[in-house]
Amino acid sequence: MTGLIPVIITTFLASAVEAIEMVTIVVGVGATRGWRSTLIGAASGFGVLAVVVIVAGAALSRVPIGPLRLIVGALLLTFGLQWFRKGIMRVAARGLAGIGGQDPHEAAEWTGPGMDWTAWFLAFKGVVLEGLEVAFIVVTFGAGANHLVAAAIGGVGAVIIVGGIGLALHQSVRRIPRSLLQLIVGVLLTTFGTFWAIEGLGIEWPGGDAAIPGLLVLYVATALVYITLERNRALGLRPAA
Amino acid sequence: MPPPFSWIVAVARFLYDFIVGDDWTVAAAVAIGLVVSAVLNVNHIAAWWLIPVIVVLMLGVSLRRASSKLR
Repeated sequence: MTGLIPVIITTFLASAVEAIEMVTIVVGVGATRGWRSTLIGAASGFGVLAVVVIVAGAALSRVPIGPLRLIVGALLLTFGLQWFRKGIMRVAARGLAGIGGQDPHEAAEWTGPGMDWTAWFLAFKGVVLEGLEVAFIVVTFGAGANHLVAAAIGGVGAVIIVGGIGLALHQSVRRIPRSLLQLIVGVLLTTFGTFWAIEGLGIEWPGGDAAIPGLLVLYVATALVYITLERNRALGLRPAA
Repeated sequence: MPPPFSWIVAVARFLYDFIVGDDWTVAAAVAIGLVVSAVLNVNHIAAWWLIPVIVVLMLGVSLRRASSKLR
Protein backbone atom coordinates (compact mmCIF):
# COMPACT_ATOMS: atom_id res chain seq x y z
CA MET A 1 0.00 0.00 0.00
CA THR A 2 1.30 3.51 -0.84
CA GLY A 3 1.97 5.83 2.13
CA LEU A 4 -0.22 8.81 3.01
CA ILE A 5 2.30 11.56 2.19
CA PRO A 6 3.22 10.18 -1.28
CA VAL A 7 -0.52 9.91 -2.09
CA ILE A 8 -1.15 13.53 -1.05
CA ILE A 9 1.92 14.83 -2.93
CA THR A 10 1.17 12.84 -6.10
CA THR A 11 -2.52 13.80 -6.27
CA PHE A 12 -1.60 17.40 -5.39
CA LEU A 13 0.89 17.68 -8.27
CA ALA A 14 -1.31 15.86 -10.79
CA SER A 15 -4.34 17.95 -9.78
CA ALA A 16 -2.29 21.18 -9.83
CA VAL A 17 -1.66 20.69 -13.58
CA GLU A 18 -5.45 20.52 -14.20
CA ALA A 19 -6.12 23.37 -11.75
CA ILE A 20 -3.63 25.64 -13.57
CA GLU A 21 -5.61 25.09 -16.80
CA MET A 22 -8.88 25.83 -14.96
CA VAL A 23 -7.60 28.99 -13.25
CA THR A 24 -5.91 30.25 -16.45
CA ILE A 25 -9.25 30.14 -18.27
CA VAL A 26 -11.23 31.74 -15.41
CA VAL A 27 -8.70 34.55 -14.79
CA GLY A 28 -8.23 35.19 -18.53
CA VAL A 29 -11.98 35.36 -19.23
CA GLY A 30 -12.65 37.41 -16.08
CA ALA A 31 -9.98 39.98 -16.95
CA THR A 32 -11.19 40.24 -20.55
CA ARG A 33 -15.00 40.08 -20.22
CA GLY A 34 -15.56 41.18 -16.61
CA TRP A 35 -15.57 39.29 -13.33
CA ARG A 36 -19.23 39.07 -12.26
CA SER A 37 -20.51 36.66 -14.92
CA THR A 38 -17.19 34.78 -15.00
CA LEU A 39 -17.24 34.11 -11.25
CA ILE A 40 -20.93 33.12 -11.37
CA GLY A 41 -20.02 30.72 -14.23
CA ALA A 42 -17.12 29.28 -12.21
CA ALA A 43 -19.32 28.93 -9.11
CA SER A 44 -22.03 27.21 -11.21
CA GLY A 45 -19.34 24.86 -12.53
CA PHE A 46 -18.22 23.99 -8.99
CA GLY A 47 -21.88 23.46 -8.01
CA VAL A 48 -22.46 21.00 -10.87
CA LEU A 49 -19.15 19.34 -10.07
CA ALA A 50 -20.08 18.92 -6.40
CA VAL A 51 -23.43 17.31 -7.35
CA VAL A 52 -21.71 14.97 -9.86
CA VAL A 53 -19.05 13.96 -7.31
CA ILE A 54 -21.61 13.39 -4.53
CA VAL A 55 -24.04 11.45 -6.76
CA ALA A 56 -21.47 9.43 -8.74
CA GLY A 57 -18.88 8.99 -5.99
CA ALA A 58 -16.48 6.18 -6.79
CA ALA A 59 -18.39 5.42 -10.01
CA LEU A 60 -17.00 8.71 -11.35
CA SER A 61 -14.22 6.89 -13.17
CA ARG A 62 -16.87 5.47 -15.52
CA VAL A 63 -17.97 8.92 -16.78
CA PRO A 64 -16.90 9.11 -20.46
CA ILE A 65 -14.25 11.86 -20.30
CA GLY A 66 -13.26 11.46 -23.98
CA PRO A 67 -16.49 12.80 -25.53
CA LEU A 68 -16.61 15.56 -22.88
CA ARG A 69 -13.05 16.63 -23.77
CA LEU A 70 -13.94 16.60 -27.47
CA ILE A 71 -17.05 18.78 -27.02
CA VAL A 72 -15.43 21.26 -24.60
CA GLY A 73 -12.21 21.32 -26.63
CA ALA A 74 -14.00 21.95 -29.93
CA LEU A 75 -16.09 24.76 -28.38
CA LEU A 76 -13.03 26.39 -26.79
CA LEU A 77 -11.13 26.05 -30.05
CA THR A 78 -13.76 27.73 -32.24
CA PHE A 79 -14.41 30.46 -29.68
CA GLY A 80 -10.69 30.94 -28.88
CA LEU A 81 -9.95 31.34 -32.59
CA GLN A 82 -12.38 34.27 -32.77
CA TRP A 83 -10.52 36.11 -29.99
CA PHE A 84 -7.16 35.02 -31.45
CA ARG A 85 -8.09 36.60 -34.80
CA LYS A 86 -9.61 39.77 -33.27
CA GLY A 87 -6.64 40.13 -30.93
CA ILE A 88 -4.18 39.98 -33.86
CA MET A 89 -6.20 42.58 -35.79
CA ARG A 90 -6.46 44.94 -32.80
CA VAL A 91 -2.83 44.65 -31.72
CA ALA A 92 -1.72 45.07 -35.36
CA ALA A 93 -3.94 48.14 -35.77
CA ARG A 94 -3.39 49.89 -32.43
CA GLY A 95 -0.32 48.29 -30.88
CA LEU A 96 -0.58 48.20 -27.10
CA ALA A 97 -3.41 50.73 -26.92
CA GLY A 98 -5.05 50.89 -23.54
CA ILE A 99 -1.95 51.12 -21.38
CA GLY A 100 -2.80 53.18 -18.32
CA GLY A 101 -6.48 53.28 -19.15
CA GLN A 102 -9.29 51.89 -21.23
CA ASP A 103 -8.81 51.68 -24.96
CA PRO A 104 -11.74 53.78 -26.24
CA HIS A 105 -12.26 51.45 -29.22
CA GLU A 106 -12.31 48.32 -27.15
CA ALA A 107 -15.67 46.74 -26.34
CA ALA A 108 -14.73 43.20 -25.35
CA GLU A 109 -15.74 43.69 -21.71
CA TRP A 110 -19.40 43.15 -21.01
CA THR A 111 -21.16 46.35 -19.98
CA GLY A 112 -24.79 45.26 -20.30
CA PRO A 113 -27.18 45.03 -17.34
CA GLY A 114 -27.71 41.26 -17.36
CA MET A 115 -25.53 38.19 -17.44
CA ASP A 116 -22.68 37.92 -19.95
CA TRP A 117 -23.45 34.36 -21.04
CA THR A 118 -20.24 34.07 -23.05
CA ALA A 119 -18.11 34.68 -19.93
CA TRP A 120 -20.41 32.44 -17.87
CA PHE A 121 -20.25 29.60 -20.38
CA LEU A 122 -16.45 29.73 -20.80
CA ALA A 123 -15.81 29.75 -17.04
CA PHE A 124 -18.47 27.09 -16.40
CA LYS A 125 -17.13 24.53 -18.84
CA GLY A 126 -13.51 25.23 -17.91
CA VAL A 127 -14.32 24.50 -14.27
CA VAL A 128 -16.52 21.45 -15.00
CA LEU A 129 -14.02 19.76 -17.36
CA GLU A 130 -10.89 20.43 -15.33
CA GLY A 131 -12.70 19.82 -12.04
CA LEU A 132 -13.88 16.44 -13.35
CA GLU A 133 -10.30 15.59 -14.30
CA VAL A 134 -9.16 16.47 -10.75
CA ALA A 135 -11.98 14.29 -9.41
CA PHE A 136 -10.87 11.40 -11.69
CA ILE A 137 -7.29 11.73 -10.44
CA VAL A 138 -8.49 11.70 -6.82
CA VAL A 139 -10.84 8.73 -7.31
CA THR A 140 -8.52 6.57 -9.42
CA PHE A 141 -5.32 7.24 -7.49
CA GLY A 142 -7.02 7.35 -4.08
CA ALA A 143 -8.86 4.07 -4.69
CA GLY A 144 -5.74 2.43 -6.14
CA ALA A 145 -3.63 3.41 -3.12
CA ASN A 146 -6.53 2.76 -0.70
CA HIS A 147 -6.24 6.35 0.63
CA LEU A 148 -9.24 8.16 -0.84
CA VAL A 149 -9.32 10.86 1.87
CA ALA A 150 -5.60 11.64 1.46
CA ALA A 151 -6.05 11.81 -2.32
CA ALA A 152 -9.02 14.17 -1.86
CA ILE A 153 -6.90 16.41 0.40
CA GLY A 154 -4.20 16.54 -2.32
CA GLY A 155 -6.74 17.30 -5.10
CA VAL A 156 -8.78 19.91 -3.22
CA GLY A 157 -5.56 21.47 -1.85
CA ALA A 158 -4.21 21.90 -5.38
CA VAL A 159 -7.41 23.63 -6.57
CA ILE A 160 -7.45 25.96 -3.52
CA ILE A 161 -3.75 26.89 -3.76
CA VAL A 162 -3.68 27.39 -7.55
CA GLY A 163 -7.00 29.29 -7.31
CA GLY A 164 -5.51 31.52 -4.59
CA ILE A 165 -2.48 32.26 -6.77
CA GLY A 166 -4.81 33.13 -9.66
CA LEU A 167 -6.82 35.44 -7.37
CA ALA A 168 -3.63 37.13 -6.18
CA LEU A 169 -2.48 37.67 -9.77
CA HIS A 170 -5.78 38.98 -11.15
CA GLN A 171 -4.93 42.63 -10.35
CA SER A 172 -1.70 42.32 -12.35
CA VAL A 173 -3.65 40.79 -15.25
CA ARG A 174 -5.97 43.84 -15.23
CA ARG A 175 -3.00 46.08 -16.05
CA ILE A 176 -2.38 44.30 -19.35
CA PRO A 177 -3.72 46.33 -22.31
CA ARG A 178 -7.10 45.00 -23.36
CA SER A 179 -6.18 44.38 -27.01
CA LEU A 180 -3.17 42.37 -25.91
CA LEU A 181 -5.18 40.58 -23.21
CA GLN A 182 -7.76 39.48 -25.78
CA LEU A 183 -4.93 38.11 -27.93
CA ILE A 184 -3.33 36.30 -24.97
CA VAL A 185 -6.63 34.74 -23.85
CA GLY A 186 -7.45 33.84 -27.47
CA VAL A 187 -4.09 32.07 -27.79
CA LEU A 188 -4.62 30.24 -24.46
CA LEU A 189 -8.19 29.13 -25.30
CA THR A 190 -7.05 27.96 -28.75
CA THR A 191 -4.14 26.05 -27.17
CA PHE A 192 -6.30 24.23 -24.60
CA GLY A 193 -9.08 23.75 -27.15
CA THR A 194 -6.69 22.14 -29.65
CA PHE A 195 -5.20 19.90 -26.98
CA TRP A 196 -8.51 18.71 -25.50
CA ALA A 197 -10.33 18.26 -28.82
CA ILE A 198 -7.55 16.02 -30.19
CA GLU A 199 -7.27 14.14 -26.87
CA GLY A 200 -11.06 13.71 -26.90
CA LEU A 201 -10.79 11.94 -30.25
CA GLY A 202 -8.52 9.40 -28.56
CA ILE A 203 -5.42 10.69 -30.34
CA GLU A 204 -2.24 10.75 -28.27
CA TRP A 205 -0.10 13.88 -28.25
CA PRO A 206 3.64 13.38 -28.57
CA GLY A 207 4.93 14.00 -25.05
CA GLY A 208 1.46 13.98 -23.47
CA ASP A 209 0.73 17.17 -21.45
CA ALA A 210 4.12 18.55 -22.54
CA ALA A 211 2.48 19.22 -25.92
CA ILE A 212 0.58 22.16 -24.34
CA PRO A 213 3.67 24.45 -24.07
CA GLY A 214 4.63 23.33 -27.59
CA LEU A 215 1.23 24.41 -28.95
CA LEU A 216 1.52 27.67 -27.01
CA VAL A 217 4.89 28.45 -28.62
CA LEU A 218 3.51 27.64 -32.09
CA TYR A 219 0.46 29.91 -31.63
CA VAL A 220 2.47 32.78 -30.10
CA ALA A 221 4.88 32.60 -33.06
CA THR A 222 1.87 32.53 -35.42
CA ALA A 223 0.43 35.63 -33.71
CA LEU A 224 3.73 37.51 -34.04
CA VAL A 225 4.05 36.63 -37.73
CA TYR A 226 0.47 37.64 -38.54
CA ILE A 227 0.71 40.89 -36.53
CA THR A 228 3.79 41.81 -38.57
CA LEU A 229 2.07 40.86 -41.84
CA GLU A 230 -1.08 42.82 -40.89
CA ARG A 231 1.00 45.90 -40.02
CA ASN A 232 2.91 45.67 -43.29
CA ARG A 233 -0.36 45.26 -45.17
CA ALA A 234 -1.86 48.29 -43.42
CA LEU A 235 1.23 50.32 -44.39
CA GLY A 236 0.84 49.15 -47.97
CA LEU A 237 4.05 47.12 -47.86
CA ARG A 238 4.47 43.77 -49.47
CA PRO A 239 5.96 41.06 -47.25
CA ALA A 240 9.46 40.01 -48.26
CA ALA A 241 9.50 37.01 -50.60
CA MET B 1 -42.55 36.57 -30.23
CA PRO B 2 -44.04 34.45 -27.36
CA PRO B 3 -41.58 33.65 -24.49
CA PRO B 4 -40.65 30.02 -25.30
CA PHE B 5 -39.84 30.91 -28.93
CA SER B 6 -37.96 34.11 -28.10
CA TRP B 7 -35.91 32.11 -25.58
CA ILE B 8 -35.08 29.43 -28.17
CA VAL B 9 -34.12 32.10 -30.72
CA ALA B 10 -31.92 33.86 -28.13
CA VAL B 11 -30.16 30.59 -27.22
CA ALA B 12 -29.67 29.71 -30.91
CA ARG B 13 -28.26 33.19 -31.60
CA PHE B 14 -25.91 32.91 -28.62
CA LEU B 15 -24.66 29.49 -29.72
CA TYR B 16 -24.15 30.72 -33.30
CA ASP B 17 -22.14 33.75 -32.10
CA PHE B 18 -20.20 31.58 -29.66
CA ILE B 19 -19.28 28.80 -32.06
CA VAL B 20 -19.29 30.43 -35.50
CA GLY B 21 -18.78 34.15 -34.85
CA ASP B 22 -17.70 36.52 -37.61
CA ASP B 23 -16.17 33.99 -39.98
CA TRP B 24 -18.04 30.73 -40.53
CA THR B 25 -15.25 29.29 -42.69
CA VAL B 26 -12.92 29.02 -39.67
CA ALA B 27 -15.49 27.04 -37.64
CA ALA B 28 -16.23 24.86 -40.70
CA ALA B 29 -12.51 24.18 -41.25
CA VAL B 30 -12.10 23.18 -37.58
CA ALA B 31 -15.13 20.85 -37.79
CA ILE B 32 -13.83 19.24 -40.99
CA GLY B 33 -10.35 19.00 -39.44
CA LEU B 34 -11.73 17.14 -36.41
CA VAL B 35 -13.62 14.69 -38.65
CA VAL B 36 -10.51 14.08 -40.80
CA SER B 37 -8.36 13.68 -37.65
CA ALA B 38 -10.80 11.04 -36.35
CA VAL B 39 -10.71 9.20 -39.70
CA LEU B 40 -6.88 9.27 -39.78
CA ASN B 41 -6.76 8.02 -36.19
CA VAL B 42 -9.13 5.14 -36.93
CA ASN B 43 -6.77 4.15 -39.76
CA HIS B 44 -3.76 4.30 -37.38
CA ILE B 45 -2.26 7.37 -39.06
CA ALA B 46 -0.77 10.10 -36.82
CA ALA B 47 -3.29 12.96 -36.77
CA TRP B 48 -2.30 15.26 -33.88
CA TRP B 49 -0.65 17.76 -36.27
CA LEU B 50 -3.70 18.43 -38.44
CA ILE B 51 -5.69 20.83 -36.21
CA PRO B 52 -2.66 23.04 -35.38
CA VAL B 53 -1.92 23.30 -39.12
CA ILE B 54 -5.57 24.19 -39.85
CA VAL B 55 -5.53 26.80 -37.06
CA VAL B 56 -2.40 28.50 -38.46
CA LEU B 57 -3.59 28.43 -42.09
CA MET B 58 -7.21 29.45 -41.44
CA LEU B 59 -6.13 32.36 -39.24
CA GLY B 60 -4.08 33.68 -42.17
CA VAL B 61 -6.94 33.22 -44.63
CA SER B 62 -9.47 34.81 -42.29
CA LEU B 63 -7.21 37.78 -41.46
CA ARG B 64 -6.53 38.39 -45.14
CA ARG B 65 -10.26 38.33 -45.90
CA ALA B 66 -11.02 40.70 -43.00
CA SER B 67 -8.28 43.12 -44.15
CA SER B 68 -9.64 43.12 -47.70
CA LYS B 69 -13.15 43.93 -46.42
CA LEU B 70 -11.84 46.90 -44.43
CA ARG B 71 -10.27 48.49 -47.51
